[in-house]
Amino acid sequence: MIINHPLLGPRDAAEFVYLGDAALIDRPDWQAEDAAEAFHAYGYLRDNPAGAHQELWYHEQGDRSWLVVTRDTVSHEITAVELARDVARARGRSR
Amino acid sequence: MRYSALKILREGLTGNKGWTPAWRDPEPKPEYDIVIIGGGGHGLATAYYLAKEFGLRNIAVLEKGWIGSGNVGRNTTIIRSNYLLPGNEPFYEMSLKLWEGLEQDFNYNAMVSQRSILNLIHSDAQRDAFVRRANAMFLAGADAELADADQLRAELPFLDFDNARFPIKGGLYQRRGGTVRHDAVAWGYARGADARGVDIIQNCEVTGFDIQEGRCRGVETTRGAIRARKVGVCVAGSSGRVMALAGMRLPIESHVLQAFVTEGLKPILPGVITFGAGHFYVSQSDKGGLVFGGDIDGYNSYAQRGNLPVVEDVAEGGMAIMPMIGRARLLRSWGGIMDMSMDGSPFIDRTDIDGLYFNGGWCYGGFKATPASGLCYAHLLAKDAPHPVATEMRLDRFARGHLIDEKGMGNQPNLH
Amino acid sequence: MSQIHRIKGGLIDRSTEISFTFNGKAMRGHPGDTLASALLANGQRLVGRSFKYHRPRGIFTAGSEEPNALVELRKGAAQEPNTRTTVAELFDGLSARSQNHRGSLEFDLMAVTDLLSPFLSAGFYYKTFMWPRAFWEKLYEPAIRASAGLGRLSMEEDPDTYDKGYLHCDLLVIGAGPAGLMAARTAARAGARVIVADEDFVLGGRLNAETLEVDGAAGADWAAGVVAELAAMANVRLMPRSTVYGAYDHGVYGVLERCTDHLASSGGKPRQVLWRVYSRHAVLAAGATERPIAFGNNDRPGVMLAGAVRAYANRWGVAPGRRVAVFTNSDDGWRTAADLAAKGVEVPAVIDTRDAPAVCDVPGARHMRGAAVMDTKGRKGLRQITLTDGQMIDVDCLAVSGGWNPNVHLTCHQRGRPAWRDDLAAFVPGHDLPPGMVVAGAANGAMTLAAALREGRVVAERLGYADKSDLPRAEDEPRDCAPVWHVPQSRARAWLDLQNDVTVKDVKQAHQEGFRAVEHLKRYTTLGMATDQGKTANIPALAIMADCTGRTIPETGTTIFRPPYTPVPIGALAGRARGREFRPYRLTPSHRWAEANGATFVEVGNWLRAQWFAREGEQGWRDSVDREVLMTRGSVGICDVTTLGKIDIQGRDAGEFLNRVYCNGFATLAVGRVRYGLMLREDGIAYDDGTTARLGEHHYVMTTTTANAVTVFRRLEFARQCLWPDLDVHLISTTDGWAQFAVAGPNARNLLRKVVDESHDLSNEAFPFMACGEVTVCDGMPARLFRISFSGELAYEVAVPARYGNAMMGVLMEAGREFDAVPYGTEALGVMRIEKGHAAGNELNGQTTAHNLGMGRMVSRKKDCIGNVLSQRPEMLREDAVKLVGFRPVDRATGLIAGSHFIGQGDAATMENDQGWMSSVAYSPSLGHSIGLGFLKRGDARMGEILRAVSPVHGREMEVEVVSAHFIDPDGERLRG
Repeated sequence: MIINHPLLGPRDAAEFVYLGDAALIDRPDWQAEDAAEAFHAYGYLRDNPAGAHQELWYHEQGDRSWLVVTRDTVSHEITAVELARDVARARGRSR
Repeated sequence: MRYSALKILREGLTGNKGWTPAWRDPEPKPEYDIVIIGGGGHGLATAYYLAKEFGLRNIAVLEKGWIGSGNVGRNTTIIRSNYLLPGNEPFYEMSLKLWEGLEQDFNYNAMVSQRSILNLIHSDAQRDAFVRRANAMFLAGADAELADADQLRAELPFLDFDNARFPIKGGLYQRRGGTVRHDAVAWGYARGADARGVDIIQNCEVTGFDIQEGRCRGVETTRGAIRARKVGVCVAGSSGRVMALAGMRLPIESHVLQAFVTEGLKPILPGVITFGAGHFYVSQSDKGGLVFGGDIDGYNSYAQRGNLPVVEDVAEGGMAIMPMIGRARLLRSWGGIMDMSMDGSPFIDRTDIDGLYFNGGWCYGGFKATPASGLCYAHLLAKDAPHPVATEMRLDRFARGHLIDEKGMGNQPNLH
Repeated sequence: MSQIHRIKGGLIDRSTEISFTFNGKAMRGHPGDTLASALLANGQRLVGRSFKYHRPRGIFTAGSEEPNALVELRKGAAQEPNTRTTVAELFDGLSARSQNHRGSLEFDLMAVTDLLSPFLSAGFYYKTFMWPRAFWEKLYEPAIRASAGLGRLSMEEDPDTYDKGYLHCDLLVIGAGPAGLMAARTAARAGARVIVADEDFVLGGRLNAETLEVDGAAGADWAAGVVAELAAMANVRLMPRSTVYGAYDHGVYGVLERCTDHLASSGGKPRQVLWRVYSRHAVLAAGATERPIAFGNNDRPGVMLAGAVRAYANRWGVAPGRRVAVFTNSDDGWRTAADLAAKGVEVPAVIDTRDAPAVCDVPGARHMRGAAVMDTKGRKGLRQITLTDGQMIDVDCLAVSGGWNPNVHLTCHQRGRPAWRDDLAAFVPGHDLPPGMVVAGAANGAMTLAAALREGRVVAERLGYADKSDLPRAEDEPRDCAPVWHVPQSRARAWLDLQNDVTVKDVKQAHQEGFRAVEHLKRYTTLGMATDQGKTANIPALAIMADCTGRTIPETGTTIFRPPYTPVPIGALAGRARGREFRPYRLTPSHRWAEANGATFVEVGNWLRAQWFAREGEQGWRDSVDREVLMTRGSVGICDVTTLGKIDIQGRDAGEFLNRVYCNGFATLAVGRVRYGLMLREDGIAYDDGTTARLGEHHYVMTTTTANAVTVFRRLEFARQCLWPDLDVHLISTTDGWAQFAVAGPNARNLLRKVVDESHDLSNEAFPFMACGEVTVCDGMPARLFRISFSGELAYEVAVPARYGNAMMGVLMEAGREFDAVPYGTEALGVMRIEKGHAAGNELNGQTTAHNLGMGRMVSRKKDCIGNVLSQRPEMLREDAVKLVGFRPVDRATGLIAGSHFIGQGDAATMENDQGWMSSVAYSPSLGHSIGLGFLKRGDARMGEILRAVSPVHGREMEVEVVSAHFIDPDGERLRG
């Protein structure tokens, strides 16, 4: 597979390390009332869709960017690649 | 029809005209006591044991394609019970014992061949871990044997002992491990279940569940609605897709695992060999092909195919331990979709929906589990209580913090 | 003159004769021959034995689809089993042997299985060999295995080397026949970067095997002209002998180039190169494969595909027989008759299943309309055929044409499904092609030469490449084909899969037994599972199954083709990553010093580390290790610890960041101080430990374990970029940047005082335990000094830029000479950490919690940190959880066994009674007996208890006493001293 890195252009997927669903960005609040349930869902439950999947890839053999790749899990077609930091900020993560 | 040497002789002399279908091709009935979704090894075994061990008759197995089209027909055929943890080892040892009597039990030669499985050891730390595991196997009534490098050199002189990047320092044998003709497992269970009245319905895809007031009352299929007292989902590889129809999220990701076979060769490998410092395991089939595999591709996928980096990585592992296979040619590669669970171990459990049961999360270890999975799932479906060797295979174990993590890789499915 | 079947013409070099042997028999051929064409030229019709029934078989095709004529090529370690004679290029000195027979090829004892065939029909082995149970493995299976398989491996290491490479192009053209060459030329003239790959050693495809003309010239000459034009263009790479074996995601193709297989020796060059081709687009122009018609005894040596027969005649100047009849259901078979007759080969009959006029004039041939062959004679070589009307014709070769199947294989590699075309009676590429792929020519169902040329141009134009020149002129040769798959009048067995011996009857039996899905059919009968992957067998078998079920072929199904297109050697897939080059070695900075000073090395991941340093007179590793431990604890020892991961962490929020990634607090760490940190995974399991030093207000240096150096860094980047993107913190791995040495023992300070520049105060007051700082050594060289201790002694770690590492080791040892300083390796390191009760990889194995490790109280509940919440799940905090404690044998002379399990006195050794396990053991030279660390249920509350440590795999057990894990200096006085 080839991942079109937003900063570096197309790179072979072999340069990257895969983590999983980009929902892993959405780490719950540790002090929330339902923190135990929220962390269980965050840590263990997955949508695991057959189709478009936003997922985290790390450019380990490259610039060390974490990326959010939108890839179809049936066809493997990639439709979007973003810097995970930008996605995280857009989802409201900050400090 | 009972299969026997005599039957073959008689048929051979009369033009092989008397063979009858191995299983019927029935129309689905409007209602069953139990509907099993998934005509793979586990689903067919479940139906077989429900009928044989628990005396149930009104059972259907629904298969969206042809039976055995999933992972039972696309694995590397290895059986073993060399597990470490109490949540796993007794279960897999029971499975191995079931394998040992399976063919006589269902009157089908699945070519269960206890050719041994060997895990190579390349470091002291690895030996410590294997000793711990071997002893756990003994505690569960299984067999295990440690071999040192000299013994292996005598037994397997073709391994690379003198020029290896990761020298072979020994190995852990399980002599009772080995291989089974994978397709025949599905066919044997199907034939045995069918003979006991189970309806095996192919080309029947489940498109939805009939869930009312927290209770599952049946399924919608491409061949109409089917009511059922209990519905057992048994579709490892497609668990995410099917359980989504019931509105459930699972502690599972779907990943592709590739497997490979070479052209037929005269016998060279006595048993199953796994490389402890790379990603490679291999055995030789009765037809002569080297059957081998390695790691999963590592990204979520429902495509039954993989990519080149893993193909090459696996071949590198092979050449690293047995450089005499360089001129053997890879004939076919294929991919299967694995239910990779969050701790690498499976589930045989009720769900929060009454009447809906779940069997899945087998990662890439489901084939060897087929008999025990079928028996334990049948036990759960028939008695609404887990079989004693499957008590830890529950969906709520992550919430409770009771993990069955053999490799210690944590909640990252692609590392298991 | 051994080449008794040579006729005129062909693309071979008749000026040179080369010699080869087949089963030891000397034969001759010419450059340009394949082994198959040379064998035919020498009159060798019997070439091999089939898999199951050991039927005598000959050459069936002229290409990579060959099911029959497989040999063991070459000798010794280079022996190559299952090599298709039809693609093996002849070279001088070639040696080939037939396979799969006991006794000689001519008199194969295993042929007795053929007589038993009524009892060996499809799937027979699933129905028997079950009684008595033990006999399967003891008797039946060994017998089956012994007769299974085809060729033999030499069992010696592959003597050749293989290489890998990466290529990039705008257009990959797969197949250099008329369509492929046209597509390539069109795109290349438009300036595209083009790669043309073809499995053959002569480009041109069927043009080289036919007598068709292009632009008034012989087709082969036209092809040679185009190839010459392409070869001269800088933007084109021509790759003959290169098989595109797989279509992978995003335009990546796998290509195997055979570089030296056509030479007597590889001459030290790579035998084959595995290319990964990255393409914008690909044109699949892989042509078509002819298929047979099934009839009685259609497997005799001498029964061949018609297209192959004419290829041998036209391209290689070989007549596969002296009297060659043609049996066809299509116009195409007539070309074979016409071409042979034109070359003076006797063609007694053209038997056409269609009741239609002759397609062309074939001198001397009778035209049998609406007729078919139903049987043959000639066990080791065809002698006679019998037609359905009972007529018998003496022939020594029968050319069979059952129509052509487009080579759609690569279109299926991403699960695309081919589509059926009634007019061709064949599957053509479906709509779901791999992205970027287009198909042209016969592969796309464009079966005539003119159509193939046209399509090659059209697909290139569709991809945006224009060429205004006229299309080459060629004819649309007649290609009518009637769908005839099987001659039903046949009484003898009619073969479908020639290699695996699957007959029409087997397919019918599979149907009878309910194995009707295509995949069931294949798996039950083994159809298409042989080395040719059913290239000639699958479609006819499918047609017969369709006939049985009363459905159409497309309704019955199709088979999905998977990579590789043709088999690929494992050696080529592995490339250079084998032997010691399997993975790279990482060497520590002091590696050369260690080598020169008697070190024995051990693999630690990819690192090679000194395990111990043997001295003269020592009897074994234990002597060396014991000495290193005692001398370190007695005076001072030095160990290269560079392999530990080092991460430089800077930024205004660096402290806050650390506070979140370690489970224990880091907010209060002062500048110039070091703290031990325990890192959890988000699931609450203990993950990694190490120390982090605060060098400045916003500057920290973290160390990780060697094993987790890469993944800790990855996780920190995840936390930094994905979880807290606005924290001001920056990370860089400096593992390779700094050489780091542990200097441990009572004389550590005295030694370092000689190395660290005098301006730095090393006194215990100025630089106490857990102090750190930037210093200079050896007169001004920048270094870092940390007062940390893994050994439990007064100890420091000193870091210098990596390039000074080797010299630094020498400096430290020189400075330590007066203290009898010793270098120590990983074994002594391990012994000392067990003596101190420190957890390492065996304890931090990804399954244990801080609670298990006795560090539960380190997990701060006052702050957020990775793993904090999930570490508090109820079953992870069980009161009866295992705890890390120390063990010693009750009989001090006994050696403990790592991996043994703890069982209570008087309890049976079962899983129910399992109370934990011994994780690490060592002989402690300091204490004079074996010691161990292990996890025991409620272990911390059981000091002094006696248990059994059982190791049934060793057949041993021993009594052990539960003790504190801190075997040495439990109060830590030494390290603070």
